[in-house]
Amino acid sequence: MRNLWLFISKYNAFFLFIIFFTISLILLINNNSYQRASVWNTSNQIVGQAYERVNEFSSYLVLGETNDSLATENARLRNLLKSSYYDDSLKQVTVKDSTLKQQYTYTVARVINNSVHQKNNYLTINRGSKHGIKKGMGVISSSGVVGIVLNVSANFSTVRSLLHTETKISASVDGNIGSLVWGEGNYDSRFALLKDIQSHLTIRKGARVITSEFSLFPPGTNIGYVSESNTRDGNSALKIKVKLDTDFTKLQYVYVIINLLSEEQLVLEAQNKVE
Amino acid sequence: MGRAVIINSIRFFVLIATQVFLFKNIGYYNLSIPYLYILFILLLPFGIPNALLFLLAFFTGITIDVFYDTLGLNALACTVMAFVRIVFISVTVQRDGFDNEPEPSLGIMGFRWFVFYAIILTFFHHLILFSFETFKFSELGYTLIRVVLSTLFTVLLILVTEFAFFRKKIR
Repeated sequence: MRNLWLFISKYNAFFLFIIFFTISLILLINNNSYQRASVWNTSNQIVGQAYERVNEFSSYLVLGETNDSLATENARLRNLLKSSYYDDSLKQVTVKDSTLKQQYTYTVARVINNSVHQKNNYLTINRGSKHGIKKGMGVISSSGVVGIVLNVSANFSTVRSLLHTETKISASVDGNIGSLVWGEGNYDSRFALLKDIQSHLTIRKGARVITSEFSLFPPGTNIGYVSESNTRDGNSALKIKVKLDTDFTKLQYVYVIINLLSEEQLVLEAQNKVE
Repeated sequence: MGRAVIINSIRFFVLIATQVFLFKNIGYYNLSIPYLYILFILLLPFGIPNALLFLLAFFTGITIDVFYDTLGLNALACTVMAFVRIVFISVTVQRDGFDNEPEPSLGIMGFRWFVFYAIILTFFHHLILFSFETFKFSELGYTLIRVVLSTLFTVLLILVTEFAFFRKKIR
């Protein structure tokens, strides 16, 4: 102990330097928004890169399944191609179609970090503001809804997964609209709850649950199917358990939905508030 | 002892005032910015305890920061400068010379020693100040140019001030 004090007092300049340096650095980073932002950005960038490295390795382990899901996706898309429909009209007329206007475009992104075991789960994807991703965009996988973009940096974005207590998605089952939540009593990554559907309705088991017209996802995007539906005593709403189509534990590739008309919609809706 | 406290207090207020009200508005296209206030730390007496030196340097930096709206930045640079000062003085000045040489000013220590001392300390102060202000490695070249040009400007001002006010102390 005595030696320690001797050591400290002998090199007191150095220790004082460390103390004052730390104090000023803390002051600097806490009180100046630019420095604070760059510290967090840098650390996010480093963390993002570390996760990407790890993911490069771990993605090899699920290469087979990724291939399968891509192949299924390809098959599904191929089914939608015009060439896969048999043209039974005798005369082929090309019509320049101005009634349809593209509303949604999709950007593919790779999941480089994913969690399913927390109470609030997030994903990190390797697309960012450089690729046109903005906060609040919807994210789907080839099988169904995944989440909503939360934060965007230049090359990465974090996504608030559906497995998050604050994520609410407007969903419809057999034309009845309710809101899909997760984490109210269940923390199973395979199931979510569908709330706000009146108890006088009968929802059969196995009914498809899709996104409604009001959600930020394209209407009709798959969410899952009803696995259990019962009334709670004295409650006016049904308690519907939804088996999710997306297997969150094995997410590899996701699509970010860019709604080309959302700006127009927002501007129009903002006018309502002004008046 | 009492005289040193009074002189240094007056020096503190005058230097802070000139820095904040005059030199804050002077600069060459953001490349060369003078920080004359560090002369206060340069001229603190030899015999000052390390703890007090750090405290004064930190406090000076904070005072400037309050006026510049960059809380912590100048304090950081001044802390580094105080450390460099301790190392520099312990390397270049004999310990037994402390009693009859109260403070490291131009008149007492001689031109060559003082210029070297001012350049080294100013350089470290500006290096920390500008690199933490920029806060990224990608603009290292630009930052270094700023550091060198500002060091030249500040040292020039320090020498001018020293020649103007402290000449008569030459023994």
